[in-house]
Amino acid sequence: MSSFAESVGTAVDLILHADRVLLGTVGLSLAVSGTATLAAAAVGLALGAWSAVAHFPGHRVLVLLMNTLLALPSVVVGLVVYLLLSRSGPLGSWGILFTPTAMVIAQTLLVLPVIAALTRQLVGDSLRDGGDQLRSMGARPLTCALLMLVHDRWAVLTVLIAAFGRAIAEVGAVMVVGGNIDGVTRVMTTTIALETSKGDLPLAMALGIVLLAVVGVVNALIGLTQRGQGSALAGVR
Amino acid sequence: MSLLSLDRVSVRFGAVQALHEVSLRIERGEFVALVGSNGSGKTTLLRTLHGMLRHQGRRELGTDAGRQVMVFQRPFVMRLSVANNLRLALWLDAVPRAQWDARVRAALGRVGLLGLEERPARALSGGQQQRLALARAWAVQPQLLFLDEPTASLDPTAKREVEALLAGFAIDGMTLVMSTHNLGQAKRLASRVIYLEAGEIHADLPTAEFFNGRLQGRAQQFLKGEAT
Repeated sequence: MSSFAESVGTAVDLILHADRVLLGTVGLSLAVSGTATLAAAAVGLALGAWSAVAHFPGHRVLVLLMNTLLALPSVVVGLVVYLLLSRSGPLGSWGILFTPTAMVIAQTLLVLPVIAALTRQLVGDSLRDGGDQLRSMGARPLTCALLMLVHDRWAVLTVLIAAFGRAIAEVGAVMVVGGNIDGVTRVMTTTIALETSKGDLPLAMALGIVLLAVVGVVNALIGLTQRGQGSALAGVR
Repeated sequence: MSLLSLDRVSVRFGAVQALHEVSLRIERGEFVALVGSNGSGKTTLLRTLHGMLRHQGRRELGTDAGRQVMVFQRPFVMRLSVANNLRLALWLDAVPRAQWDARVRAALGRVGLLGLEERPARALSGGQQQRLALARAWAVQPQLLFLDEPTASLDPTAKREVEALLAGFAIDGMTLVMSTHNLGQAKRLASRVIYLEAGEIHADLPTAEFFNGRLQGRAQQFLKGEAT
């Protein structure tokens, strides 16, 4: 117990003194996961909206696939990206394995199904409510779906925050394709795993606290957006 | 030529025959009320007239049919301001941007919502949302307005306000087709009443004739409140 308390004390000390290594690791984590979330959002929101209105043979299979990929293990994504980017892989000539770019690619693939599947559900529900009205006003099906992203923008933001939370908390994919290289690809989760295995519990604990704080901020943002959505209406009633 | 006509139109939802060989013509300036029991096919007929449903048979628009819009029982308004809901309708209708502000003001003035431009549309009362839906329809200046039980979920005051608006639209020359359960409303507003049962038209008469007590069979029973 005293060892745990000592670890927490050291962690707080590192945070309060803005330890350079700690800040660098946290900064890289935020940069990689933030970029991955934005990249996945660009594709996932459009894919989710389109799949909510598309009708083609195999549509059900696509939906099933998207929903199944919600549970995609991060280490599997890491392995696939590793095989693609390794020197003998089809994209080996890019030479980006063990770089932050590779980590962004892996996390993008990891959270893309989350954004697409949740967006499809969200847009589908809203279309059942107002799709006929928008069509009556002259909107084509894809336009209706894209308008629902505007209509449900607070819920869409919640989806994006949840996707960011999944990205920043995962360890498998970034470990495999990033290699956990000190000062280059070392992020919070991989550092926690490494320092724990080395027995340097204070740093691991400090990073754990920061990671929890980041996830806490993410959850607070979700709460604020939901409350903001509610009060925007309640305030004028 | 009629504004819109159906010739032996049928609509089927799986095993359910929702409309069976319905033929009718909508003439310019009419206010047509579709009446009938639940499940009689009123909403299906409205949606078919509006071109929203696949059907068998012929649906023909007149050469000068122009714009058609539908207003639903539960108005769907976007989570935008009142003014932006109207601007969206104008954008979808490809109205030049230079005309938007004037059209928005005119439409809101028409339905008595001026001054609420920046109010979140979802914060309006049910009656106000229905008036906004009517303003949104009116803003694109449709030739033909379809209304699916537009006052069914409103309180008596809001119902009267919406009825007054619809009467005004009719006086302005707009052609309206409205489904309703409310026979009094049909009598007050419509110039022609169509009675539907089991997806078929059983009576199609000018309003005065429909209510003069000479109806026969199921239509007469419905009028007396005996049909279910």
